[in-house]
Amino acid sequence: MSRFVLRRLIQMVPVVFGLTAVIFFMIHLVPGDPAAIMLGTRATPENVAQLRRNLGLDEPLLVQYMIFLRNLATGSLGDSIFYREPVLGLILDHLPTTLMLATSTIILAVIITVPLATLAALKRDRLADQLVRAFLLVGLAMPSFWVGINLLLLLTVRFRIFPPGGIGEGFFDQLRHLFLPALTVALSISAVLVRNLRSSLIDTLTADHVRTARAKGLSSRAVFIWHVLRNSAMSTVTILGLNLGYLMGGTVIIEQVFALPGLGQLLLTSIFGRDYPVVQGITLVYAVLVILVNLITDLVYAALDPRVSLD
Amino acid sequence: MNASTNVVGRAGLGAAEPLAPRSRRRISPSLIAGVAILGVVLVAVIVGPMISPYDPTEPVLTETFAGPSMRHPLGTDNFGRDILTRILYGGRVDLMIAFLATSVTVVVGGILGAIAGFYGKWWDTIIMRIVDIAIAFPFLVLVIAIVAMLGPSQNNIFVAIWLVGWIAYARIVRGEILVVKRLEYVEAARVVGLTDRAIILRHIAPNVITPVVVFAMADMVLNILVAASLSFLGLGTQPPNPEWGLMIAEGRDFFLRSWQLTTIPGLAILVVGTGFSLLGDGLADLLRPAR
Repeated sequence: MSRFVLRRLIQMVPVVFGLTAVIFFMIHLVPGDPAAIMLGTRATPENVAQLRRNLGLDEPLLVQYMIFLRNLATGSLGDSIFYREPVLGLILDHLPTTLMLATSTIILAVIITVPLATLAALKRDRLADQLVRAFLLVGLAMPSFWVGINLLLLLTVRFRIFPPGGIGEGFFDQLRHLFLPALTVALSISAVLVRNLRSSLIDTLTADHVRTARAKGLSSRAVFIWHVLRNSAMSTVTILGLNLGYLMGGTVIIEQVFALPGLGQLLLTSIFGRDYPVVQGITLVYAVLVILVNLITDLVYAALDPRVSLD
Repeated sequence: MNASTNVVGRAGLGAAEPLAPRSRRRISPSLIAGVAILGVVLVAVIVGPMISPYDPTEPVLTETFAGPSMRHPLGTDNFGRDILTRILYGGRVDLMIAFLATSVTVVVGGILGAIAGFYGKWWDTIIMRIVDIAIAFPFLVLVIAIVAMLGPSQNNIFVAIWLVGWIAYARIVRGEILVVKRLEYVEAARVVGLTDRAIILRHIAPNVITPVVVFAMADMVLNILVAASLSFLGLGTQPPNPEWGLMIAEGRDFFLRSWQLTTIPGLAILVVGTGFSLLGDGLADLLRPAR
């Protein structure tokens, strides 16, 4: 196991280096002088020159990248132009909301996915299955922000069931605030999840070991739970891990719809404030989150499934 | 990230399957429905703006928030602009983004994937390492970050999708080619002395094209959603120009007064997206052998 972990960590090294390169060169996509653009039209030439120096934009490109890497190694993502404080601190302030949203989303997605996929697989090609498949077809094409707005306007503005955006105080109040946004993102990813789990369940239902279990005289409920669902759960975990990037992208938009003070909202305010160091820092954090979760998914998978070789 | 994992993070595709023999290809209801929906939409967004008597951006402040009527079949918005006209103009924008963004990424990703899969060695190493890195980013976050750096505008949506979208196709094409390359008839073509180009175009491409086309249809849906999302966030199409995501954003402040403003553009995205999904399913049935 430890050798497997070590090997996966070593494999990550080039990817992480590549990530830093992408993030670093991002600022060079800015047309013109980033320092002048960040400071806007009222800036004096001295201010611009000073910011250029602070950002290290006067150095040769390779030196700039080395400085960027050195700062990263010491945990520094630079300073925000707008907030005038370290980017890392800002990100850590906004990270908990996004993580809570992501976690609630995953839980809700599983609650939506498993019964729907089970129903569709057991009633294959019958009415229930057709309905689930129609839901998938439409669900894939539905803009999540539109669903979010409709839920917000219907359940909050019209019927006043849920609080109107923001994150609230205290754990349970926060959960209440997170329910609608998490439901919105969960609905948008469960279309993909249900589709995968349904076909995985159908494959397992016809597999030999399931036929054997039935022949042994196990009740169909026991067969389904112990032999079918358990097997298919593994593939759902993998698919969930692979769609995590999609999920994180969804949270950026939904945070905006529900005014949640998470990373996505910080990203957007920084974009409109042309606060490029913050944009770079947040992009890096999203990527690192996705890599870490994928690594954990791999490890959990390897630990649970005896067929996955660890060496 | 494991480059050989066949699930692209957006949709999974199976390994290379040969084209179905002509006799076993079937025209499914999905295909007919998809073609019908997209055909109607296409004619509407091409012809509609030509015959509409209204301007999509010019405010008519005497006719704000009009309900559906003979003159304005879907009513008017907060600036008194005809909603149907704006939907049709906006459809041009979204369909054009989806089409241009997808077709460029198909070609670029396809070529890079073909090079990686066919020539292998260090070509493969370089291209797939870039793919590994790009996959580590959440797609939408990377697109948003690129648009942020380039500056919010409709054209920069293309650039951002071009920079990121080819990756999925490179992975699909490379994966398929690795399988097809070892098939006997490709070996035979090589022995006969055909050039690499001829082998790729004549013997490999027909096998690889099916999963690419099917994925491209799902990608069209995704790219429309990306364009709409970015415009919704204020990073894409800029007012007063019409675009479906932007129309949803603009309409949400007036929901209680006029629900059409957000609902209709959302339904438009839904209909077009469902059309592409149906077309993709139908093409899959048509091109893959029946099982």
